[in-house]
Amino acid sequence: MSILVDESTRLLVQGITGSEGSFHTQRCIEYGTKVVAGVTPGKGDSKHLGVPVFNTVEKAMAETGANASLMFVPPAFAADGIFEASAADIPLIVCITEGIPVLDMVRVHRYLKGKSTRLIGPNCPGIMSPGKCKAGIMVGEIHLPGSVGVVSRSGTLTYDVVSQLTGLGIGQSTCVGIGGDALAGSTFVDILRLFQADEDTRAVVLIGEIGGTMEQEAAEFISRHVTKPVVAFVAGSTAPPGKRMGHAGAIITGSAGKASEKIKALSQAGATVAPNPAEIGLTVRKVLESL
Amino acid sequence: MKVHEYQAKALLAQYGIPVPKGNVAYTPGEAKKITAEIGGRAVIKAQVYTGGRGKAGGIQIVNSPDGAEKATRQLIGTRLVTHQTRSEGAPVSKVLVEEASDVERELYLSILVDETSRLPVMMVSEAGGMEIEEVAQSAPEKISKSIIDPAIGFQPFQGRKLAYGMKLNGGQIGEATRLMTSLYRLFMDKDCSLVEINPLVVTAGGKLLAVDAKLNFDDNALYRHKDIEELQDKEQEEPLEIQARDWGINNYVKMDGDIGCMVNGAGLAMAVNDLIQYCGGKAANFLDIGTLNNTERVVNSFKMFVADPRIKAVLVNIFGGMARVDVIAKGIVEAYQQMHIPFPVVIRLAGTNLEEGQRILAGSGIGFTVAKDFYDSARKVVAAAKGAKK
Repeated sequence: MSILVDESTRLLVQGITGSEGSFHTQRCIEYGTKVVAGVTPGKGDSKHLGVPVFNTVEKAMAETGANASLMFVPPAFAADGIFEASAADIPLIVCITEGIPVLDMVRVHRYLKGKSTRLIGPNCPGIMSPGKCKAGIMVGEIHLPGSVGVVSRSGTLTYDVVSQLTGLGIGQSTCVGIGGDALAGSTFVDILRLFQADEDTRAVVLIGEIGGTMEQEAAEFISRHVTKPVVAFVAGSTAPPGKRMGHAGAIITGSAGKASEKIKALSQAGATVAPNPAEIGLTVRKVLESL
Repeated sequence: MKVHEYQAKALLAQYGIPVPKGNVAYTPGEAKKITAEIGGRAVIKAQVYTGGRGKAGGIQIVNSPDGAEKATRQLIGTRLVTHQTRSEGAPVSKVLVEEASDVERELYLSILVDETSRLPVMMVSEAGGMEIEEVAQSAPEKISKSIIDPAIGFQPFQGRKLAYGMKLNGGQIGEATRLMTSLYRLFMDKDCSLVEINPLVVTAGGKLLAVDAKLNFDDNALYRHKDIEELQDKEQEEPLEIQARDWGINNYVKMDGDIGCMVNGAGLAMAVNDLIQYCGGKAANFLDIGTLNNTERVVNSFKMFVADPRIKAVLVNIFGGMARVDVIAKGIVEAYQQMHIPFPVVIRLAGTNLEEGQRILAGSGIGFTVAKDFYDSARKVVAAAKGAKK
């Protein structure tokens, strides 16, 4: 098993005809993902990369049975794209777009309350269930099917962690990038809940970073509800306060935003915190061996 | 993005929020004139992008136009060092000259986006004039909050609740509610990430007055607020960070060490800096080159390192995903062809088009150190930087 995406995922790509949309749709298809539809307003009734393109999400879903959307819509139009997919009751949206204004996302989150749609991202690499489905922009080859769940606020750091795991022969059930923005569609807690319930996930790797309080909320949840081992790392121990470190959400504005506070909360909750980012794979191996 | 206090107050005034009478002065003569116009007593406030000005001597009360001239002369042209700045401080090239207010009480008022509810939250305190984090620690009962639903906007009942929370009474309740409603409108209209009035003063006459104001704006929304973008004062930014942006490197942050870093991805770039420290070194910068596949940004990153006299060694760590490793390798070779690179360079490449990238580096005949993995790259660059110091 895996979480969020698998062989039954029928993917729709919003913004399929753009340059990033095209490039990554091609990669997803090559990986074996069932890409069943694309949506680009004004380009309906055509085909792109062999995939039928529709003008609206509603029509694409009705005609293809798509059950998840991968979004490459530019930031100024991304909120509208999320509204559209959610209004069509799509179960899952994976939003790759970086740079969406925060107040647009405030409106999105308000709209999604009480709806059946789950949002992953924005500003994320997407979701990968190795051997089953790649709904994102991550490098496919570094993954190995297995039983460790990975959830992360980062993109390339996650690639490094995944390749550490794969290099040690440790496969992954699903890798979820929740994104580097301050307001995440799904939080660590949301994804931890899914991994805890997934019988094929034996352990979870959580990669956090400075800014916000998502790691502290995860710690609270781990101490109460997670029985599987969690290995954690928090990036940004050396980051100066008040400076935005690339990600919109990676900025220390109060003491809770510091890496040290997050690491403390996660250790106290029973997570094993890796000593440095290059030894996350080794830490997972140790934890798995002790099971 | 930050703006100066005088600019923040001009925006507040546009939204009908009462601010002290005054104006910005670039010279002692202008400060003298403004002080005379507002009645001879004034507060002279250094305009810098940092807090903690009062304790650092950046705010002075004067009792005459001549006093204003003298105080301004002492401030302009200096660098103000506060507990929030680096040791070199922030340059002062203008001051805000304002009417001194008769203060009865100091309150606190702010709006930001609450990350847990993912909605805007208005926060007030009866303990104004001090940092809100301190109040949250020492007297959390003095803080009241109200989450705002963007579908209906800020409602009068919320204004009343918060106004009572600040221990206001009588006509001040309506006045505060109107002020808060306007502030919320400003927050939403201009895509603010923070609006903070601290202190919000109750004057001796019982009126509310925004005596200090801080506005921060969402960088990702500036494309739809050209008027705000124009307010940015580049003089207040770190020169190396401005230089980086001019060269197309948007994610550059100056740090205190001597190892230059070029990484793709923000999380990995932070982790690289952390790992360097773990191995006993210190990064000179955070640099995420992003995912654009051109060699120019790689060459420009090397220009940044060459322009930075602190650099003793450089670490390039690229995990190609969207970014292609062969393009990065080509960029590094081009950098060596275009400029003299006086420090050792350690390179770690992984991911998309790795073999082609390795071939380009190996064929260049340039003496970089190639690292076998993430850990190895940090150890090697720390050793290289230490070797270079001798």
